[in-house]
Amino acid sequence: MKENLYNYILGIADNSLILGQRMGELTGHGPSLEIDIACTNISLDLFGQVRSYYQYAAKIAGDGRTEDDIAMLRKERDYLNVLLVEQPNTDFAYTIARQYLFDVYHAMFLTALQSSHDITLSAIATKSIKEVSYHQRFSSDWIKRLGDGTNESKLKIQNAVNTLWTYTDELFHQTEADKAMVTEHIGVDVTQLKKAYYQKVTSLLTEAALEVPKLKWFQKGGKSGIHTEHLGYLLSDLQYMQRTYPNMEW
Amino acid sequence: MQSNLQHIDPILYPILEQVSDPEIPVLSIMDMGVVRSATISDKKEVKLQITPTYSGCPAMDVIGDDIKTILNKAGYNAHIELVLAPAWTTDWITPKGRKALETYGIAAPLEANADKEVLLNGKRMVKCTNCKSQNTRLVSQFGSTACKAQFQCNDCLEPFDYFKCLK
Ligand SMILES: [Zn+2]
Repeated sequence: MKENLYNYILGIADNSLILGQRMGELTGHGPSLEIDIACTNISLDLFGQVRSYYQYAAKIAGDGRTEDDIAMLRKERDYLNVLLVEQPNTDFAYTIARQYLFDVYHAMFLTALQSSHDITLSAIATKSIKEVSYHQRFSSDWIKRLGDGTNESKLKIQNAVNTLWTYTDELFHQTEADKAMVTEHIGVDVTQLKKAYYQKVTSLLTEAALEVPKLKWFQKGGKSGIHTEHLGYLLSDLQYMQRTYPNMEW
Repeated sequence: MQSNLQHIDPILYPILEQVSDPEIPVLSIMDMGVVRSATISDKKEVKLQITPTYSGCPAMDVIGDDIKTILNKAGYNAHIELVLAPAWTTDWITPKGRKALETYGIAAPLEANADKEVLLNGKRMVKCTNCKSQNTRLVSQFGSTACKAQFQCNDCLEPFDYFKCLK
């Protein structure tokens, strides 16, 4: 089995799975009907992308594991998503800030992944980038509306950005699988995206009349399976059916 | 390189045309452009390639099953492969398909630039499917399914879906 490629795919897919689950939690709980539908649409896009990645990963594993096994039956430490995407829906501002901070990275990452020498990853990226550009429009729009809205909305979105900022640096950390895949022209060198990411985010936050947090110390660990306490709760929800009724089918 | 061209055996076309998108029943899968190739390989064995509109489109599984069922009835054995490249675009919806959408009450996708103007800058270019007025407003970029946005007509107040441009 191509261990590095397998781990590399999970690193990408797990971000979308966990963020998709977070957005899906808002089904029937969005602050308004339109936003409820928007969040669940984003969730559906992410889950769709995840299926393509996990199907490919299952093929590489080649040991009978299916896409569902990979999604549903791993333990917390085996998930390789960044800490940012597992942060909870504390309030609507947190949902939007988390989405925006990930969308900007996601769009840049997929743009670069389109040139991957791996044709499956390149095809998934080309497909997904079209959907993610809609996500980014949605979250950017709301950052501006909240930042440039009432005193209350401004306070809330600023708080959310300040709290989540500590998880942004991890997006640009390289894992062993990353390094190996970059060498083979399959993976994206995320360190190269960092400067453009912070430029883009800074420019939008400024336009939204928000302050750009100044931090020297950042949280990390998700990419190597060390998560915040929130992931365990999320997984117990996500995996409930498969754990309670093993092998059940829809 | 995979090409943008479809390869559909003319014998199979009228059969496949009877399968529609479960979420937009007036739209045949052939007019939607999701069937990229359909060939009869060995007498009664049919090989098909289909491509999803959106990654998470739950209709794809149903469409696959429907294709198998209808080809079975016609005496064929179908093998379906889901392909991602080249990625589906709204350009592949046929003129007949666009017309079916409009009649059904879903505004057909505009060109990419116009679509951007409408969704980002609030330009009034989407025609109301009820009264044809262009005095319409975007309610939400996300609609009842991943491929649609919600609009409302300012003149007759009809709420309707707009099929977003995907390029
Ligand atoms: Zn009207």
